[in-house]
Amino acid sequence: MKTFVGIDLGSTTTKAVLLDEDRKVIGHGITNSRSNYATAARVASQEAYVDGQFTLFRRALSEAHALIDLDTFLGALERAFRLEQFLEQLEDLEQTCIGQMQGERFVKAGPAVKESLAEVFRRLREEAPELYAPGAKRKSDFFRDIAGSRYHSHAEAVARDAKLPYDLLLNVYDKSIIEVENRPPAGELSDKFRRALGRVLATEPSVKAAAANIQKMIEAALAIVLEETYLVGTGYGRVTLPFSKEHIRSEILCHGLGAHLMYPMTRTVLDIGGQDTKGIQVDANGIVANFQMNDRCAAGCGRYLGYIADEMNMGLHELGPMAMKSDKPARINSTCTVFAGAELRDRLSLGEKREDILAGLHRAIILRAISIISRSGGVTNEFTFTGGVAKNEAAVRELRKVIRENYGEVTININPDSIYTGALGAAEFARRAHFGQADGSQQ
Amino acid sequence: MTVIVTPKGAPAKPVAKDDSMLKQKAMMAAHYDRLSNAPETGDKVASTFVPGNLNELIMCFDLLNNLPEVNAIQSGLRRQSGAYVLEAEKIGHSEDVCTYVKSDIGMMAKGNIGPNGRRLPDPDVLLLSYTGCFTFMKWFELLREQYKCETIMMHTPYMGDGKITKNMIDYMVKQLKQEVIPTLERISGVKFDIDRLREYLKKSSKAEDDLVRVLQGAKSKPSPIDAYFGGIYYIGPIFGAFRGTDDAIEYYRFLRAEVEERIAEGKGPVTPDGDMGKEKYRLVVEGPPNYTNFRQFWKMFYDEGAVIVASSYTKVGGVYDYGFRHDPDKPLETLAEYCLGVYTNRSLPMRIDMLANYIDEYQADGLLINSIKSCNSFSAGQLLIMREVEKRTGKPAAFIESDLVDPRYFSAANIKNRLESYFQMIEQKRAGVTAAA
Repeated sequence: MKTFVGIDLGSTTTKAVLLDEDRKVIGHGITNSRSNYATAARVASQEAYVDGQFTLFRRALSEAHALIDLDTFLGALERAFRLEQFLEQLEDLEQTCIGQMQGERFVKAGPAVKESLAEVFRRLREEAPELYAPGAKRKSDFFRDIAGSRYHSHAEAVARDAKLPYDLLLNVYDKSIIEVENRPPAGELSDKFRRALGRVLATEPSVKAAAANIQKMIEAALAIVLEETYLVGTGYGRVTLPFSKEHIRSEILCHGLGAHLMYPMTRTVLDIGGQDTKGIQVDANGIVANFQMNDRCAAGCGRYLGYIADEMNMGLHELGPMAMKSDKPARINSTCTVFAGAELRDRLSLGEKREDILAGLHRAIILRAISIISRSGGVTNEFTFTGGVAKNEAAVRELRKVIRENYGEVTININPDSIYTGALGAAEFARRAHFGQADGSQQ
Repeated sequence: MTVIVTPKGAPAKPVAKDDSMLKQKAMMAAHYDRLSNAPETGDKVASTFVPGNLNELIMCFDLLNNLPEVNAIQSGLRRQSGAYVLEAEKIGHSEDVCTYVKSDIGMMAKGNIGPNGRRLPDPDVLLLSYTGCFTFMKWFELLREQYKCETIMMHTPYMGDGKITKNMIDYMVKQLKQEVIPTLERISGVKFDIDRLREYLKKSSKAEDDLVRVLQGAKSKPSPIDAYFGGIYYIGPIFGAFRGTDDAIEYYRFLRAEVEERIAEGKGPVTPDGDMGKEKYRLVVEGPPNYTNFRQFWKMFYDEGAVIVASSYTKVGGVYDYGFRHDPDKPLETLAEYCLGVYTNRSLPMRIDMLANYIDEYQADGLLINSIKSCNSFSAGQLLIMREVEKRTGKPAAFIESDLVDPRYFSAANIKNRLESYFQMIEQKRAGVTAAA
């Protein structure tokens, strides 16, 4: 089956969207951009294909009215698949670590290090199923985040028991993780699906009765080849990609088109990403009529919130909820990322509450965004907010307030998949390009 | 399946130069040498600004014309302005001050070495003949402090109502007669001769005719010139120390012939990488260019097949499109009219008319504004200009930001990102129109 891939290479994350011929989204994929856009693009698009495969499973199983709870089954299948993938990457990491045992320090300690590594990885593998148990909370879905913290704690314990310097184990890990991370999981996807299915059928009592039937349908879905018909890349990393020109579109156009596809009545789009803020005006066809964006300075963009989170020793996703607790936002004018820490410490030393400072910071970001929007031509009904910051409830609350103050009652759309807006637009450009509209126009 | 190709870097080619460019280079070199030799030759020097400069009058007193703005541009092109700007900030000039001013002040502080590697002379007189940019006045106040030399400040009324009245002309002629000419006579020791002025004005007018033909050559498709990046070279002689000279006449005759030849051959503009490829986008640009990354900036256009067919910046030293020429029959009045008519002395509605007309006359795809961080004279009202031109022409407009000669304000990735978006926007818009038709 023909599929069309859009990849949005952002400064923080890389997103991919898979469309079918009928412009239906069949898969999403996301990964951290690392410092390697080429890998990020490969990983994100592979993730979208994995997700697309699940869409095919869902289609196949729901059409067949299989007598199972589809969500429970597919949830279990996905966790099992992720586990398979995790185990495969652990194996890769272990082999890479062994390969990295080079240099004088390892001549004598070599055998002991090898033994300890084997023990560390045995423990990691042993606890892996727990990480993917139903309801288990993972801090992140990225391999480095999951494997990293567990490796460190196991390695410390194992090194202590073996009376081995801990830094030897740390050393090989540090040398290996980037390499492994930059190598997308190598194994055949369909094999991993089969192994995952085996796991689910063996452990889920609810599907046992229908096992033969399910297996048949999953095999049928796996037989459909998801052909990458056309690909379009966008986002900050696009120029570093080894794509030819016709496979690259500006992210401004992609965001405009993506927002239009999500909400066809959209006329104004605000995108706050990791390092830029864009105000975009689109017409009834999703064509960009005007845009403004921040200049050289990334003040008030997503990265700013990242710094604030670091300064406060909090997770990025914890900022919004804390700011929501404030009923007296601090008045903050500067959204300079470089001075964020200084501003914060200054406020704290004056005795202001953390939640009030955070609420003030969120407001400052939105005020800056509104200035960019007004320069692009203001807000016209409907208004769509996209980008990573659209997931932050405190930012959204301020945005609604400021829009109402300046433009009255306007419909504000925020899609749960808003982070994929640019990739969606890119995928649609890919679909249109395939059907001969090289300029991406809609016929 | 998507074919992924790795673009190969094009091999570096030697910079292609037109004959007129070589001629211009020789003219500039001779001029800077004259300036550097002034302490030995005893020539006296007048510093003045490009907009509304009175080059013909200056020549009547055997004064050499030194243009601080052009020196700042030269420093920008030669990548020295960054250090000069920092030097000026060290002396106490704020970050927000016009970077031409800071480049000039910094250059003075570091020995006032000109583009020829030799010291530029101290001015004997500072002649301000255009006040549309308030910063010019402050700039000369600073230079007056530095050089302790005479300063003439002639006031040019702003064309707020969109027209030049007899009162305005009379007011300026009176300043010329009572203030400017007597002071220049005293400083130079040369008696004013109005016939000598007429002679220079006649020559100006001749070169101006050819300049207009050159710039209007861009109405052809493909455009034989880039009227912004290339245009900056084309305006050099006439906006500076050569208006009213035989050199200028020869240069523009030369240039005009080259442009006409390119039109006849159906050729596009010459770029630093040779002839431009297929013309894909025709743009009108408002605002000065960035000089610190001039070639990189230009390349972002010609690599994409974008050519600038008309620009407002090439009118800062005189608007000749609507028929104005220096007139030897009204020597003082014509100088007044020239000062009044320069681009930045025109009201916002006049600028909007001009840009909207350019889009029609030159069959452009839209308007691009390069907003200069440190130039209020240009930036004020630019968003309004953009909206209005968009509305009138129905063509898409875009906005980029950089600076004149402060390299810190040039972000290549950001500008490229916006330009690419803009070009794709034009593409989409065209396709939309075709699909609707």
